[in-house]
Amino acid sequence: MTDTTPATAKIRPPRSQWWDVWDQFKTHKGALVGLSIFVLILLAITIGPFLWDMAPTYVDLRARNKGFSAAHPLGTDQLGRDVLARMMAGGKVSISVGLTAMMLSIMLGTTIGVLAGYFRRLEGPLMRLTDLFLALPLLPLLLLMVTLFREPLSKSFGPERGIFLLIVFAIGATSWMQTARIVRGEVLGLKEREFVLAARSIGTPARRMILRHVLPNVLSPIMVSATLGIASAIITESALSFLGLGFPPDFPTWGRLLYDAVDQMQLYPWRVILPGVAISLTVLSVNYIGDGLRDALDPRIRGR
Amino acid sequence: MKLRTALLGAAATLAFAPAAFAERGTDGDVKILYSQAVSTMNAYLSSGTKDVEVGSLVLEPLAGFNEKGEVIPRLVTEIPSLENGGIAEDLKSITWKLTPGLKWSDGTPVTAHDAVFTAQYCMDPAGGCAQLARYEGIEKVEALDDLTVKISYTEPKPNPFTAFVGATSPILQKAQFEKCLGAAASTCTDANFKPIGTGPFRVVEFRTNDTVQLEANPEYRDPAKPAFATALVKGGGDATSAARAVMETGEFDYAWNTQISPEVQEQMLAGGKGQFVSGFGTLVERIEMNMTDPSPDLPEGERATAKHPHPILSDIRVRTALSKAIDREILVEIGYGAAGRATCNLVPAPEIFASDNTGCLTQDVEGAKALLEEAGWTDSDGDGIRDKDGKKLSLLYQTSVNAIRQDFQAIIKQWWNDIGVEVELKSVDGSVFFGGDAGSPDTFQKFYADVEMYANNFDGTDPEPYLAQYTCDKAPTPESQWQGENVNRFCDPEYDKLLAELVRTRGIEERAVIAKKLNDMLTKDSMVVVPLVDRGRLSAHSNTLGGVVLNTWDSELWNASDWYRIK
Repeated sequence: MTDTTPATAKIRPPRSQWWDVWDQFKTHKGALVGLSIFVLILLAITIGPFLWDMAPTYVDLRARNKGFSAAHPLGTDQLGRDVLARMMAGGKVSISVGLTAMMLSIMLGTTIGVLAGYFRRLEGPLMRLTDLFLALPLLPLLLLMVTLFREPLSKSFGPERGIFLLIVFAIGATSWMQTARIVRGEVLGLKEREFVLAARSIGTPARRMILRHVLPNVLSPIMVSATLGIASAIITESALSFLGLGFPPDFPTWGRLLYDAVDQMQLYPWRVILPGVAISLTVLSVNYIGDGLRDALDPRIRGR
Repeated sequence: MKLRTALLGAAATLAFAPAAFAERGTDGDVKILYSQAVSTMNAYLSSGTKDVEVGSLVLEPLAGFNEKGEVIPRLVTEIPSLENGGIAEDLKSITWKLTPGLKWSDGTPVTAHDAVFTAQYCMDPAGGCAQLARYEGIEKVEALDDLTVKISYTEPKPNPFTAFVGATSPILQKAQFEKCLGAAASTCTDANFKPIGTGPFRVVEFRTNDTVQLEANPEYRDPAKPAFATALVKGGGDATSAARAVMETGEFDYAWNTQISPEVQEQMLAGGKGQFVSGFGTLVERIEMNMTDPSPDLPEGERATAKHPHPILSDIRVRTALSKAIDREILVEIGYGAAGRATCNLVPAPEIFASDNTGCLTQDVEGAKALLEEAGWTDSDGDGIRDKDGKKLSLLYQTSVNAIRQDFQAIIKQWWNDIGVEVELKSVDGSVFFGGDAGSPDTFQKFYADVEMYANNFDGTDPEPYLAQYTCDKAPTPESQWQGENVNRFCDPEYDKLLAELVRTRGIEERAVIAKKLNDMLTKDSMVVVPLVDRGRLSAHSNTLGGVVLNTWDSELWNASDWYRIK
């Protein structure tokens, strides 16, 4: 948030603002635990498949519904597919969909919220647009998008990447409205504060006002909605796959694993618990990281 | 195996049956659970199976179907036929003779006028009769005398066993329903909830969408039946909890339509309180091969039409290889358990129409590979996928969203991968897939895929209309707004000719021969339709309830009068 970088500040000890943020972040125990869990999950889904190289879609009919064993550390599903391999493959898809869709929706939501809150002239049209999107029935809209764009996208990007782009875009484009409304409200309040008035009186241009004074102060609601956004993106993706609008059926994602296992919940509870816990852990850890980041980014708390 | 032991058990208990139900009403109470609650007892006012079936405990048709799909007499002395003169030579009329001395549950005699009235009741244009299809083509129904009913048709009717046959067209009592004709039909709540019938039971108390309390009909034609003095039909819940109430807690004696996964079936059987019974109708899960090219590179209007034959699947050797790679027994085991059986037939039932075609039941991976080699598909670049003239052997395999179908897709994909076929899977929401919307690219009629999987069946016991779906002119095309049942675009003049012969043929034996030949032309001779699993009905009954025989052609409670308590 300042332009001081270690290279230019030779007189002072080489210390950027981000070191202060990190120091503050370290004091938040929950955030540290969250960060380490999130890194663990990321490592598991990126490096894991190299260590455990069983194909997640390989059907082994002789090993159906097996419990935990050396051959299958997390057992097998109703078709004898290795659950560990499926969890890792599913995590890769779910987390990348969650993160990408969240970023898209936060970017859209923040931009529209800040613009609507800061510029009075834009407020009317932008907020009506938000209302319009809120009123749109989500499922028919997604159905339409998938019907229209699935084939051309699959053709130009391949079936998996095409669907990935489509789903990320579909989720991102239909979940930014809450963020936009929250951010607009915060910005409206900030605009009336003395420091903004002071900044304006010395002739700060709008672009700088937004980037230096407004955005850092609305960071916490954005962080909160971002962490919640990941969770809802993962769940929305699974709902879409469930309706046949998402990834091809042999493509594991956490949401699909969860849905597929619900039928046999009483017989094989682990198959529901594992993806469920994975989704919850991801969401919780991201949530705590967001919490810690918000505290660390707030200069009023820092150093206390 | 389990099915066989269950059937043997049922047969064994049947053998001891006569001793068990010597007298009416000696076996106490029978409790039946329908996971969908009953809302009326009058089959003419509801198309819901649950209403029709529970209604069949009270109201009876002139004749019904047994578990083999044969017509059996209920209120008549014999089944009309060409031989006994009951069916006219020109097939334009059928005459039923009622059994003398039959009484309604209120003690009044059953006459031919009741049947005439019933036809009038259902065919009233203002009534909105739910079973009107069973009275289609009727010119008039008349009572020749008190015990003789004659139905005349406007056109020759090769299969006249529709009106007054089966639980969907029972006889109503004229005296009770006289004032309920036409628009007044649904206002007669008392008559609809407590109809006077000829069946083994009569209604004591009817609570809409909840329970029906019944007691033995004192006027029932067999003085020794039913064995149960009272019966309770409770509604509500879902298939799993219904099965549990019979199989694990033993609260109920019979649970209707308990379609649950094989694993759960096995777990419940371990409870030891009951058993599953299955009956097989005509519902066949199958893979359909697309005979036309669905490639998106073709212009809209020519894509997936007869103009462009399929580049891969037009070769019968490829289609046969794909069928050979499938192990149907495993599919049954994974998807349906006792509620399914492997089949190679499009028409698996009734028995007389079922071809003896069992060649597909054994998986033959090596044979499949050899066939593909012979057809010129070889793996020339060593990537595990066969190719020919630079084109990969790659198929798009679509179906509707359904947990079992997705499992089938995953397994079949692997089997096909094993013989060197690349498979891309696609699943479409059921309401879109079966929706028939000409504007959607994802309907099963449009068939913008190479192979697709779904299930279909036919109504009644005669397969003619079903087999007629595969003639050349029934193929969905852009000109027909993509409507039509011949989704494969199968076209064989020989088939059309043979079907025309079937339409002309009378006499069930001759018809059966032709129907079997048509079935074979679609399945083993051409492999255009690759049947996988014959899906049956699955219900559960308590170990102490005897005499249960599941019937898919009529009401499941068709022989409730024969049920008894095993002591």
